[in-house]
Amino acid sequence: MIKLVGVTKTLGGHPVLRGVDLVIPPRKLTTIIGRSGEGKSVLLKHMIGLMQPDSGEVWVDGMEISRLRGRALNDVRKRFAMLFQGAALFDSLTVFENVAFPLRERLRMKGPEVAGLVEEKLEQVGLAGMGHKFPAELSGGMRKRAGLARALVMQPEIILFDEPTTGLDPLMAKSIHDLIVGMQRKFGFTAVMVSHEIPEIFGISDYVAMLKGGRIALMAEPLEFQRTQDPDIREFISVGGTVSLRVVSPGW
Amino acid sequence: MITMLERLGRWTMNLVGEMGRMLIFVVSAVAWLFRPPFRVVQIVKQLHFIGYKSTFVVVLTAAFTGMVLALQGYYTLRKFGSEGLLGSAVALSMIRELGPVLAALMVTARAGSAMTAEIGIMRITEQIDALDTMAVNPLQYLIAPKLVAGLIGVPLLVAIFDVVGIYGGHLVGVELLGVNAGSYWNSIASSVEWKDVYGGILKSISFGLIVSWVCTYKGFYTKMSAEGLGTATTEAVVLSSVLILVWDYFLTSVLL
Repeated sequence: MIKLVGVTKTLGGHPVLRGVDLVIPPRKLTTIIGRSGEGKSVLLKHMIGLMQPDSGEVWVDGMEISRLRGRALNDVRKRFAMLFQGAALFDSLTVFENVAFPLRERLRMKGPEVAGLVEEKLEQVGLAGMGHKFPAELSGGMRKRAGLARALVMQPEIILFDEPTTGLDPLMAKSIHDLIVGMQRKFGFTAVMVSHEIPEIFGISDYVAMLKGGRIALMAEPLEFQRTQDPDIREFISVGGTVSLRVVSPGW
Repeated sequence: MITMLERLGRWTMNLVGEMGRMLIFVVSAVAWLFRPPFRVVQIVKQLHFIGYKSTFVVVLTAAFTGMVLALQGYYTLRKFGSEGLLGSAVALSMIRELGPVLAALMVTARAGSAMTAEIGIMRITEQIDALDTMAVNPLQYLIAPKLVAGLIGVPLLVAIFDVVGIYGGHLVGVELLGVNAGSYWNSIASSVEWKDVYGGILKSISFGLIVSWVCTYKGFYTKMSAEGLGTATTEAVVLSSVLILVWDYFLTSVLL
């Protein structure tokens, strides 16, 4: 379980987070929504220790991580993976080498063992046979898939998704969503996703949280979330309409 | 008056802060160098990039530097009837001063700017954050190998620079201007001492550290925009070049 208590963060003299209290339930898909520039990605980066709060606490399974440094922080990060907005693939490495990177660097694995795991993950995300390509040769959707394969390959307990469908066409966005949900259901990791995809996220998330004015304005299950009477939240989510929960087929 | 004092104070605080960050950056990177896993492959890759790929431009610069030194030196020495000392003049200038300084400046222009741009792009596209999330320390994986490659690569390039420069001087002095080959090489052998070579090596090692340190630092802390990356690259090249020249003066005054 990830728990944020009173997290504040000021960037460039501008307060971004003004006391975030948030509990991420384990083995569920929680989506964080909010206007652009509200600090959703900043919030995500606090969960994995890429940013430290000015005040407040970040707890991961009973351990307060916001003041951890060096090896202690790395030990916590080993339980995480993160899919960045632009996938953040290493552009000097091939897709295969990107996916193999955490296996080689963290587990010191070599040879056929690495190849087997990487090919398996590439196949699961629909990139079988694309391992030899460089990130620059891939479309946006394929890069996200490769990033997802890299995130999954270490079988982490928690995966953070930072706007995984930004810049993709609706069909590709749907296929990435299906893939994320399918993998989450299959492997049971805790997933935290930052997204603007309303109303799609109501159909795939277990919980939805809205960041507004530097605080969590509401966190609830999708149906309950859509019934809120808060006028600002209603205005924000009404732009995309509402959807009922649906069953998402695994993406493999 | 108070505003001016405030500005001066803010500027001083920023400068001290920046110097502190730079020091912590390099000390942390060096500390990571001695912790496993040891990045031998990364170091060899960086040596190939900083060293081997800079060879052509260094050889070209060295040849013409040696040639122009011989040309200028010949006409100056001829006034005193001392053309025989041409080899000595070329070799001492190359080994003690021009070799380390010019080779380091060429490495800054060719490899240093590329290092800043590469690391800066990795920062902007969140590749450095990705390393962090995978529990791979970016200072150990990205920065430390570049520091080592700078420390090894620049002295080797300076050695090549010195040799090519002396042969460039020979080409112009002996082959074109007719200085006696024996006196050219003899004057080198009799005037160049171990302390000249030692001083050149010391300079080239410190210049290698300056280039790789400044250029990786500027890339690592680049602002998150294309403009920020451009500024970081320019600052890296200018600061490295200025520091090389300033440090050269201080080191020369100590070594003499």
